[in-house]
Amino acid sequence: MKLIIRGGLVVDPVGGKAEISDVVVEDGRVMAVGRAAGGDKAPGPGAPGGARGSARDDRTTVVVDASGKVVLPGLIDSHVHLREPGQEHKEDIASGSAAAALGGFTTVAAMPNTDPVIDSRTGVEFILKRAGEVGLVNVLPVGAVTKAQKGQELAELGEMAAAGAVAFSDDGHPVSSAEIMRCALEYAKTFERPVLDHCEDLDLVNEGVMNQGYWATVLGLRGIPAAAEEVMVARDIILAAMTGGRLHLTHLSTAGSMELLRRAKDRGLNVTADVTPHHLSLTDEAVRTLDYDTSTKVNPPLRSESDRGALLAAVRDGTVDIVATDHAPHHFDDKDVEYNYAAFGMVGLETAVGLIVTNLVGPGYLDWVGMARLMSLNPARLLGLETKGLLRVDADADVTIVDPKAEWTVDPDRFASKGRNTPFAGMRLRGRVTETVVGGRLVVSGGKLI
Amino acid sequence: MGLRRKDILTLEDMDVEEMTTVLDTAESLKEILSRDIKKVPTLRGKSVLTLFYEASTRTRTSFELAGKYMSADTVNIATTTSAVVKGETLKDTAWNVEAMGIDCIVMRHPVAGAPHFLARLCQASVINAGDGMHEHPTQGLLDMFSIRERKGRLVGLKVAIIGDILHSRVARSDIWGLGKMGAEVWVAGPPTLVPPEVERMGPAFGGRLRATHRVDEAIEGADVVMVLRLQLERQKKGLFPSIREYSRVFGVNRARLALAKDDFILMHPGPMNRGVEIASDVADADYSVILEQVTNGVAVRMAILYLLLGGSESPVQAVAGPSGGGPTGARGPGGGGDQR
Repeated sequence: MKLIIRGGLVVDPVGGKAEISDVVVEDGRVMAVGRAAGGDKAPGPGAPGGARGSARDDRTTVVVDASGKVVLPGLIDSHVHLREPGQEHKEDIASGSAAAALGGFTTVAAMPNTDPVIDSRTGVEFILKRAGEVGLVNVLPVGAVTKAQKGQELAELGEMAAAGAVAFSDDGHPVSSAEIMRCALEYAKTFERPVLDHCEDLDLVNEGVMNQGYWATVLGLRGIPAAAEEVMVARDIILAAMTGGRLHLTHLSTAGSMELLRRAKDRGLNVTADVTPHHLSLTDEAVRTLDYDTSTKVNPPLRSESDRGALLAAVRDGTVDIVATDHAPHHFDDKDVEYNYAAFGMVGLETAVGLIVTNLVGPGYLDWVGMARLMSLNPARLLGLETKGLLRVDADADVTIVDPKAEWTVDPDRFASKGRNTPFAGMRLRGRVTETVVGGRLVVSGGKLI
Repeated sequence: MGLRRKDILTLEDMDVEEMTTVLDTAESLKEILSRDIKKVPTLRGKSVLTLFYEASTRTRTSFELAGKYMSADTVNIATTTSAVVKGETLKDTAWNVEAMGIDCIVMRHPVAGAPHFLARLCQASVINAGDGMHEHPTQGLLDMFSIRERKGRLVGLKVAIIGDILHSRVARSDIWGLGKMGAEVWVAGPPTLVPPEVERMGPAFGGRLRATHRVDEAIEGADVVMVLRLQLERQKKGLFPSIREYSRVFGVNRARLALAKDDFILMHPGPMNRGVEIASDVADADYSVILEQVTNGVAVRMAILYLLLGGSESPVQAVAGPSGGGPTGARGPGGGGDQR
């Protein structure tokens, strides 16, 4: 099948350009990018708001009119929880893939904290098999660092890498033992895969449920200090320097973490990091504003306004490499309880683009090139996906088309995800995914799954 | 009068006018407690549930008696003897008791914000009787009542709150309430138990709040010294090294109280650890109003139940009845102040 995406603002994160161009894809590859690249000039009235097979083209050619829209290399989320196997009442690979596609993500990296934990070749193969059966977006398995994520013995990283694991993480839990973390960083070098660490010192967390600060003090909820994250960030950076291993710090949330990361990069260490759309958009005051609504409960917690400011600054100056959602769907019952008893986590796949366009691109923290780097090129590089993250000839035909002016209201009842746990319900956002192309195939058109 | 609200969850969200209404109403209702027959018909036909997920002596009994003195039907659920031990959620518990026609739920719960969750779930009025480390608004109101009764005012008084501020719901309600009423509030305790952010509550209520780690500094020149209960298990968490050391460095005793104003009063929300946060002799001294606090707690809770459930007529009329009050008027047919 041939697909022509016509007249959109095509973003090239490698060249650092965004130009009105056409993109032609065929057989799962980008064939051409450029002005009237399809050889078929005069787009004509086309098909506003969606894609239709043009009567003039041959039957297998689809033309998408992207005029007024932004054409990005397919977005990649390096941190999602799809809950399969074991917790399919929260999410499964089918519903999570649908949420990803609607959110504009053509590739997602699925965290291994399922039941059972993905800590073996068999587990990795299961995820890939299920993802293939669903066949909507690319679902890439992240293997556990330690057996059953217990933090005690290394899992079979080599076996998992051979089977297709793109990275290793005990996410959901920190790798608490510094010695195990050292071994993981050293050993994973063999397979050129990164270790993604969830930085959390559990002693300092001490049963906390929200950011430690003014609002925790007023609300009487136990606080999680910024230091709980920062001491682990510092430890990990020291271990990365010692081992030369490939370290990626996920969902960083504090000003202090940004400072540590900046210094590590200044030293030339091979350390990268991601932040989430929710930490860039909200602060701990939301727990108050939403009156203890458990949709605000997330780990790491929503931080202070000065932390949020530091995250935005770090995104702007390139200290932060990636925006990842930490999409963490939960069942309604897991959240419909008292604050302390509620599960940590928010869904993120279907609100990420709206939040980033509204809160970062709109106010000028990011331009489209920056967004494409943070949400496509850099995660592709992290996960070793050389043919993704860019829109150039021979790249994979993964494309995300965003209408930057479309305004919409977040309505969790319309999510494809099984998770409705979002603090953004009812919020007006600007910027909406209209088309998602995975491997040359249009899977979302006009903002709806095909 | 009445309060234009369904629930009482915090003093943070209560304004000076509302708090003054509660205190004034309590003042007129307190007289009932000294009557021979302590019963007025004001809340006849109303039902009040106390739902306690934590142990309590004073607060639960106080609410129950407040309801009974006003002729409300009161029922109690202690979670250790209810279906909560079978794993019933707060939501289901709330919906089930509401299905039985409860008008008001008085809840104590170990999790901050649980009363807000409950208030969203049901039509009944919700009164927060203490939620985790958050607030205990009726305690705050009875503390304000006790101070006002003794001192005649709250504006300009120096109130020193001593002890475990971090974990104390009483401290938070007292800070908001007294702060908004114009008192100068100081908090003092070990740095591990006094969060630094607490001082930022001052600007939030439009006044000033001082936090210190030196108890003497807080007590010096104080009109009111309020001692908080120290939960002894905090020591095991490393927040202070020993009971003995806490008592020496942060405990309130006779020598320290000599720094307060001559006519100061001493308060404690109970239950006390005698010899730990408060020396036994000062707790029983004549400047101690600790038992007055307990008495006033009943009056304040009567006022709150009346203002939430009792409708719109004057509390004095409701108390005294149209015939001028007294036991006959209160108990006689048609003597109910709840008729409109």
